Amino acid sequence: MKNLWEIFYKGVFAQNPIFRLALSLCPALAVTSTATNALAMGLSVMFVITSNNVVVSLFRKWVNPKVRVPVYITSIATIVTLVQLVLEAYFPILFKELSIYLALIVVFAIILARAEVFAAKNTVVPSFFDGFGMGFGFALAMVAIGIIRELFGAGTIFGIQIMGSSYDPALIMILPPGGFILIGLMIASFNLIGEYQDKAKAEKRKLAIQRGEA
Amino acid sequence: MAEYFTLFMGAVIVNNFVLTRFLGLCIFFGVSKNLNASVGMGMAVTSVMTISSGLAWIVYNYILHPFGLTFLTTVVFVVLIASFVQLLEMIIRKHAPTLYNLWGIYLVLIATNCIVLAVPLLNAESNFTFTKSIVHAIGSGAGFALAIILMASLREKLQYADVPKSLQGLGIAFILAGMLALAFFGFSGMIPL
Repeated sequence: MKNLWEIFYKGVFAQNPIFRLALSLCPALAVTSTATNALAMGLSVMFVITSNNVVVSLFRKWVNPKVRVPVYITSIATIVTLVQLVLEAYFPILFKELSIYLALIVVFAIILARAEVFAAKNTVVPSFFDGFGMGFGFALAMVAIGIIRELFGAGTIFGIQIMGSSYDPALIMILPPGGFILIGLMIASFNLIGEYQDKAKAEKRKLAIQRGEA
Repeated sequence: MAEYFTLFMGAVIVNNFVLTRFLGLCIFFGVSKNLNASVGMGMAVTSVMTISSGLAWIVYNYILHPFGLTFLTTVVFVVLIASFVQLLEMIIRKHAPTLYNLWGIYLVLIATNCIVLAVPLLNAESNFTFTKSIVHAIGSGAGFALAIILMASLREKLQYADVPKSLQGLGIAFILAGMLALAFFGFSGMIPL
């Protein structure tokens, strides 16, 4: 059980697809101008990555390694089509807003990477948790970016007014340039936190050594 | 003629694929460390995108649309483009080794890439004619090449700058891209689409 938790958790922080691995950046910028779109995209990707991991790991013994990439791509494309049809039927407005980026989930590097690196070598249950964790980390990062952009760019979160009426929205945050700059700063702050953690660890070790000598 | 020119310029600067539509960012940030590699990548993307747009147009208008199979567009386009790129790579490796050394590795990288898939999908969505699809693809490719070459030139200069440690690498690259996007934003509204 503990092992499964670790598999799930590593996708959320240590190997967060967006901030740590810098994979699948296109949707992180394109559909995060509102928190709602970001959440919808995050959930779609989470569903695709989890079910694709399960499918790949179920069929891993029958897939000839030489043709594995086309097989994975076809499997991903089928699941994405499923998501597209469901969204088009039940959430037509959302479907229109996500438009082409929904179809482009097919070529997200992170999904193919998880199939290749993890699901092709593991049994169904760990593969499920690996996909779930990676998808969760992705969705979390998407929503975080979406909330910040919507809050500063429109004064709302999930369409609910947060800032007072005297707040003048900084339109740049919703526009493309703001997205780039915000993600740049977020990656930098993740690095900064990582640096401090390393420094604290090094300090602790130094103290322990001194104490040992004394 | 004017219509095609508008479409082309629109795809290159107004709706630049990288800077306003956020497509192809993985290769945009991955390859733009080096100017020579960026030029190669720009050429590879443009040519692959143009040919696969043509192929995809034929498949969409003669097979998918008449038989009412448009819901399969995503699956068919992905498989079509990936297999076409693989084939192209094999042919080039066999018959033009010099060319292969020059940009063969980029072909593998773009076999499944969002920018190459996006253009045929957009063409199908906006019901372009064959010529329009091709012009749109060339324009999009040129826009990508322009963005990645600008970015690579900036990043090569950046090596002499003293960047704070946590911003180094991807962080500063994103902020640079933001500045470029801001500059390109000035073009918006120039061509009504």
